[in-house]
Amino acid sequence: MSTGAKKRIMREYGECMSDTPPGMKITFDEQNMTEWEILLDGPEQSVYAGGHFKLKLTFPNEYPFKPPVVSFKTKIYHPNVSNDDKGSMCLGLLRPEEWKPPNKVVAVLRLIQTLLIEPNPDDAIEPSIANEYKENRKEFDKTAKDWVKRYAK
Amino acid sequence: MTLKRASDDIDRSEPAKKPTPDTTLHTALPATPLTTASANMDSDDEFNSSQVSDDEFMADQDSDVSIEDDSDFDIDQDDVGFESQDKDIKPTKQTYEVDFIVYSPDQIQGHQDKQVDEVSNILGQPPESTAILLRHERWNKERLIDHYMEKQEETLESAGLGETSTTNPPRLEHVKGFVCDICCEDGPDLDTFAMRCGHRFCVDCYKQYLYTKIKDEGEAARIRCPGDGCNRIVDHKSLDLLVSSDLQARYHELLMRTYVDDKENLRWCPAPNCVYAIQCGVRDKDLIRTVPTVRCDCSHFFCFGCSLNDHQPAPCALVRKWLKKCEDDSETANWISANTKECPKCHSTIEKNGGCNHMTCRKCRNEFCWMCMGVWSEHGTSWYNCNRFEEKSGHDARDAQARSRQSLERYLHYYNRFANHEQSAKLDKDIYLKTEKKMTQLQNTTGMSWIEVQFLDAASQALQQCRQTLKWTYAFAYYLARNNLTEIFEENQKDLEMAVENLSEMFEKPIDLLQGLKVEMMDKTSYCNKRRVILLNDTADNLQKGNWEFNVTL
Repeated sequence: MSTGAKKRIMREYGECMSDTPPGMKITFDEQNMTEWEILLDGPEQSVYAGGHFKLKLTFPNEYPFKPPVVSFKTKIYHPNVSNDDKGSMCLGLLRPEEWKPPNKVVAVLRLIQTLLIEPNPDDAIEPSIANEYKENRKEFDKTAKDWVKRYAK
Repeated sequence: MTLKRASDDIDRSEPAKKPTPDTTLHTALPATPLTTASANMDSDDEFNSSQVSDDEFMADQDSDVSIEDDSDFDIDQDDVGFESQDKDIKPTKQTYEVDFIVYSPDQIQGHQDKQVDEVSNILGQPPESTAILLRHERWNKERLIDHYMEKQEETLESAGLGETSTTNPPRLEHVKGFVCDICCEDGPDLDTFAMRCGHRFCVDCYKQYLYTKIKDEGEAARIRCPGDGCNRIVDHKSLDLLVSSDLQARYHELLMRTYVDDKENLRWCPAPNCVYAIQCGVRDKDLIRTVPTVRCDCSHFFCFGCSLNDHQPAPCALVRKWLKKCEDDSETANWISANTKECPKCHSTIEKNGGCNHMTCRKCRNEFCWMCMGVWSEHGTSWYNCNRFEEKSGHDARDAQARSRQSLERYLHYYNRFANHEQSAKLDKDIYLKTEKKMTQLQNTTGMSWIEVQFLDAASQALQQCRQTLKWTYAFAYYLARNNLTEIFEENQKDLEMAVENLSEMFEKPIDLLQGLKVEMMDKTSYCNKRRVILLNDTADNLQKGNWEFNVTL
């Protein structure tokens, strides 16, 4: 990774610290600054309220010319998070063709929070969950809350 | 059964007139439609990939075939009946062949330039902008002209050309108080760049951004400004300024790719390192009625519909199904057939990997005997003699099993033949390569001319091509529902297969005998090729007319 990229990550970390979105905690390791650990509280107005989710944010070598990679370490029932041990996300800003180098990590974090409040079933990674979200919201809410109790306490 | 045996007796009197592998084949004009089924057409696959000769690249630039005027290439000669094919195969179009044109990179570039010039004159825009506009509209010039005439500003805006860029060429600038939003660098000596949209970044970041887009993501025609949310397309002149020369080549290559990719009637030859593109009028919707095999100037035969290797007579849809099935099934199916049985009750497949014959199905809890498939409760305690062969329950269970195995057997029947021809083609080729070496020696020792030993080459190519066809006849047959036509088809298949096996056998003869077999081999070669043409004409003709019934929907 180039020094420019490192400099940028450091600077972004500073920005995140001074202006951390509410309900979010960032852990940063000086030795390995390309991997951030994020603790995210489920937003109050969402079905994920009361849950604490651990996320990993990885900066690729080409950062900021390629987007950071986000994965949920805590299991979550969500149309935009893959339901496997990777817990990956791939939409909006996080797609290589959408990402622009001036985009910032803060924007990514805000995007994740927004998605917890309002999932985007039209750009889903889990079609069956997306379908349930659209067709049978009650059932979706129930399972999502259930998973929060089971995995995210 | 009228289609078979049109040419059993081969004209033995004129072996000299048999198509000899002509050296002119490789200097053939690339721009000429290759619509002949010459008896010594090169066969498919890797077999010929080494034969690309340099002179092919000396593409005839004068033969300026306009890409739009493919109607000029009506090779509308009457089909030759089978009777008249006894002499030799004429350069006429067979039912199974399609019209197509091969283009070299220069010709493709030429077509693009011509279109850009034309449209540039109409729109009154400089060529660079016109090129962007055309690429933006996916090379649909009518649509572009319509849009432009109606809403000029909007069209320019959506293609990323906001204001006309005739004045003020792009340039690097030093800007006071500038901080690059990507790398956070600042300083009064920093080279910076921005397009007309005003999104300014330091030149290193801009370059790195373009590098990532071109090199890693393979983008060319639609690279957007790096500015957040900006959709302006990075134009040609800006790229020239920012992109290093080694990347320029890649950039132009990618630009050319978009031209072929955007055109429905153009397709790249999928052979490794091949630079040609093929134009063919067959559309996606035609693919259930025709199998458009084309032959690139690099000698690669492929299907214009799906880019896979030549798979006549099977239509693309069947090929996809078959390959998927083989991928899923072939290995496993063989193993299942050899090692498993099905539960007589729920038909789950069960492997017995040792232990006693008292089976309990995991799924439905049915208890049965592995030996006779009968219900276990009837066995009592003395089953080890398992003398229960005539018992009804076991009998029924075996019947049901037999039926379900039958479909597997049927698949394996076709699959094994399909796979066998694939394998044999490889072996034939190996033998040929060995033989060729020896023939070169023979040439040296006996003083035979190069032309005289070429019959082996012709035979080998015929074998490759016929086996390729035979291979796919088995996939085709697997999906074929029986009707009157299937018998003719199977006869044709049988005739071709026999001819191929005969030729293949001769091929394996020791080298010192080969010379004596020359005439016979030449006859067989031409016979094989004829049988192949007959089979393909029959299948193509009936496919066109919709006469085949398949046991799946295409």
